[in-house]
Parts: sequence; C-alpha cells; structure tokens
Amino acid sequence: MSTRLVAFEKVGISFDDRVLLDSIDMVINEGEIVTLIGPNGSGKSTLIRTLLGLQVATRGQVVRHKKLRIGYMPQKLHIDPTLPLTVKHFLALVRGVDKSEIRPTLEKLGIAYLIESQVHVLSGGETQRVLLARALLNHPNLLVLDEPVQGVDVNGQVELYNLIEGIRDELNCGVLMVSHDLHLVMAKTDTVVCINQHVCCSGTPQHVTGHPAYQALFGVPGADESIAIYAHQHDHVHDDHGDVLSNDDGSHSHCNHH
Amino acid sequence: MLDLLLRALLGGLGVAAVAGPLGAFVVWRRMAYFGDTLAHSALLGVALGFLLDINLNLAIIVLCVGLALVLVTLQKKHIIATDTLLGILAHSALSLGLVAVSFLDNIRIDLMAYLFGDLLAINQTDLYWIYSGGIAVITLLVVFWKPLLAMTVNEELAKVEGYPVEAIRLLLMLLVALVIAVAMKIVGVLLITSLMIIPAATARKLSNTPVQMASMASVIGCLAVCGGLWASYRWDTPTGPSVVVCAAMLFLIAYTVPFKRRR
Repeated sequence: MSTRLVAFEKVGISFDDRVLLDSIDMVINEGEIVTLIGPNGSGKSTLIRTLLGLQVATRGQVVRHKKLRIGYMPQKLHIDPTLPLTVKHFLALVRGVDKSEIRPTLEKLGIAYLIESQVHVLSGGETQRVLLARALLNHPNLLVLDEPVQGVDVNGQVELYNLIEGIRDELNCGVLMVSHDLHLVMAKTDTVVCINQHVCCSGTPQHVTGHPAYQALFGVPGADESIAIYAHQHDHVHDDHGDVLSNDDGSHSHCNHH
Repeated sequence: MLDLLLRALLGGLGVAAVAGPLGAFVVWRRMAYFGDTLAHSALLGVALGFLLDINLNLAIIVLCVGLALVLVTLQKKHIIATDTLLGILAHSALSLGLVAVSFLDNIRIDLMAYLFGDLLAINQTDLYWIYSGGIAVITLLVVFWKPLLAMTVNEELAKVEGYPVEAIRLLLMLLVALVIAVAMKIVGVLLITSLMIIPAATARKLSNTPVQMASMASVIGCLAVCGGLWASYRWDTPTGPSVVVCAAMLFLIAYTVPFKRRR
C-alpha cells in the first residue's frame, strides 16, 4: 500500500456562528490524484489553506506525514507592478532552490522561452505553468493546486491536466487539486471529494457522479465521461443548479446524512 | 563652513543610500502610508526621549517598533479599514508628539528642525548614528534579501515553502523604524517617507530586477541629496524640503523622458 501523505480527521473550522468546514475526513496517498469539487463558498479554499497550514482547524486534526513536502500552486499570482521581476528571479525565490534546476524545470513544462520575461506580461496559461514550476522546484511529494486551469482555454486545460498527470507519474507524488468543473478533470482523477462545508460524497469519479448528493449539487451527468470531455454543453445546467442550491434547502438536508 | 557642508553631505548621502533600498520594499508592499504613520510618531519619540532623558534615536526606534506592533495587532482585528486606522494613528501620534513637546519648557527644542529636518545641524555624533544604523540596515537587507523578497512577492507561497514570514515582517518593520530614526535629522518626520518612496519610484522606471531597483534607488536618493544641498547652499532654502524637491524633479524627469525599458 502506498504511503499516506495527509489525513484529515473530523476537521472543522468555524468562526462565531459561521461554519466554514464541518467534520471533514479526507486522505491523500502518494501517487494519488484527488480532486476537490464543490460549489462556490463550499469551503474548498478553506480546506486547502488548512492543509497548507495557513489556517488552523478549530476542531479535529490534520495528520501530516513526517516527510511531507508541499508544492503549492495558488489560484493566481498578483505581483505589484512596481516590482520588476523576471520569471527566473521569481523561481529563484524558492527556499533553498538549486538555481541550475530552474531551466530544466521550465523546459519540462514547455516554457523555457519565458525565463527572462517579466512576470507581469505572462498570459493566463503561462502564469499557471510558471506557478507550477515554482511548486515543482520545492521538490514536493504532494502537489496542491488551487484551480490550476483558471483563465486557461479548453485546449490549454487539457494540456495542463496531461502535464499534471505526467508529473504525478514521474515523481509519484500525491496531487490535490481544486476544481469546480468535473468534466475535464474526470479522466485524470483517482478520487473525487465533493464538499459543501461537509463531505457530501467521495470516491471514484464514476461513483461520485452517480451519487445523489453530487447530483443534487451538480446535476445528473448527461453522458459518460469520455463524451463529457466536450464539456461546455453542460454550462446551463451548472447555472441552473447554482440557483437550485441557493433556494432549495432540501438539497442540503439531502447530503447531510453522509 | 566647508566642514559643515561636508558633514551635511556625508550625513545626507548615508541616509539616502539606506532609504533607497528600503523604500523599494515600502513601494512594493504598498506601505507608504504605513511608513508615514511611523514617521509621524517619531516626534512623540523625541518628546519621550527628552522627558525620560534617554537617547533620542533609541526612543524613536522603540516607539516606532511599538507602534508598528500595535498597528499590526489592530489590523488583524479588522476593527476599521486599514487606511482609516493609519490616518488615525498617524495624526494622533503627530499631535500627541506636538503636545508632549510643548510640555518641555526647560528644554529649548527646534520644532521646525524635527518636522522638516536640518541637514546643516548635523554633528559628529549624528554621523556616527547614521553610519552605524545605516550599515546595520544594509547588512540586514543583504542577509535577509531572499526571504524579504519572497515574502513581498507572495506571502502564502513563502509561508508554504517554510520561510518564517511573521519574523520577516517584523524585521522589515524594524528596518523601517531604524531608517526613520536616522533619517529624521536630515529631512524631518514629515518628509522621511518621501526620501524612501520617491527615489524608489523613480528607480522603477530604470530597472528590470529587484536588485537593480533597490541599488538604483540608493543612487537616485544620493543625487537628490547632492542637488538639494547645493540648492540650499546656493539660494539659502531649507535643506530637507530642497532635497525632496530635487528627488521629485528626478522622478518627473525619469517619467517624462522616454527611456527605453522592457516591460
């Protein structure tokens, strides 16, 4: 059995009366790709921040492997325009980095040509790859990717997911990524965890999409995953269910008994 | 006379050389108003220094660091918007300082010199302070350059990679407080921030890397000191404001003359 990198044990976070996370159980193993999905405001980011140690759990605990090394790729990169910074200098900021690794890492991600570019002029897809490079330079055994394909077109998304899968295969690291769109991630994911403050359901993508709690949040998948790759036929369903979710408390109680 | 000018020049150059790189951080982290708040409180430090009969520089440093800590604590509590909080603290501290100074009847204190600086009043002891403080600041900046920059670029990434972000943030505040303490004699509490941010902002136009910008800010600050001092000598203008005017002119030149810069 592969090494367990992180285990959430009944983790809860609440401030005053507001419950952000409630009794979350989740495990990430070496070599496993876990995708975290959930509607807006469901606590995905809070969960990631708890894992990273940026936020402290008010209940339960996060058990980390002794040798856990996280490579973190934030949702976006805001660098003040008054700070002149090339990609090379940005990557050299990784703690204890071996500078000779910077170019090979960029080459692996297909962006070696950006090495002297200013970080302010990168496109969405380029920024994501530079951030991924920074995460990799930290020599992680767990990659944490917060919406890694944000602002990237569909072709670019497929490429990025392939890249991430390739990295997993090469390093045998665990991967935790956040997504609010399952269709593209599906084929690359071992485990899906669907949260809405609490864990609604988790398991293989096939299991989760068939689960009533998932369907209450995201709708019934109209087709099998290989066809669902052509994602955006479902866009309207998404919107619809955003509405259903906010108006209908029934869907909440529906997933409560998991 | 020559002695006087030489001391003024040495003091001014020392301060400008240090204020530049630190100013770059102030600009990058959008701490300009924060720096102003600390600077304004320095006058209170002077008053306390006289009242308690301790070294003025030390009093200023202690007060600035103390205020910085109060500021960070209040900021975390989200009682009120940060800019409002800074405005309240800056002007209360300045007013409190002015009130406190008025209690010092037995000591004659040149208020204008503390508010706007008096480069020509620099003595040997001041020079020692400027240079020992300056060397301390530059050394700390060089040693902790990478963590400071990593935190400035992205605090969360830095924290995840294991940088002690809280400690570094504290260090940066300490450095700002130090620079304020040594720079007060030169440009006064009301103008200190300008000596940090104007050269740094000017340097932005001319640099492609953080190191370039920080060192360029030093050079530009030194030019401003030379120009200001010369103008002050030539036309008998107040030195502190002259230095700031000179820095502002350099800024205007940098941003109006079309230098080529890779964006």
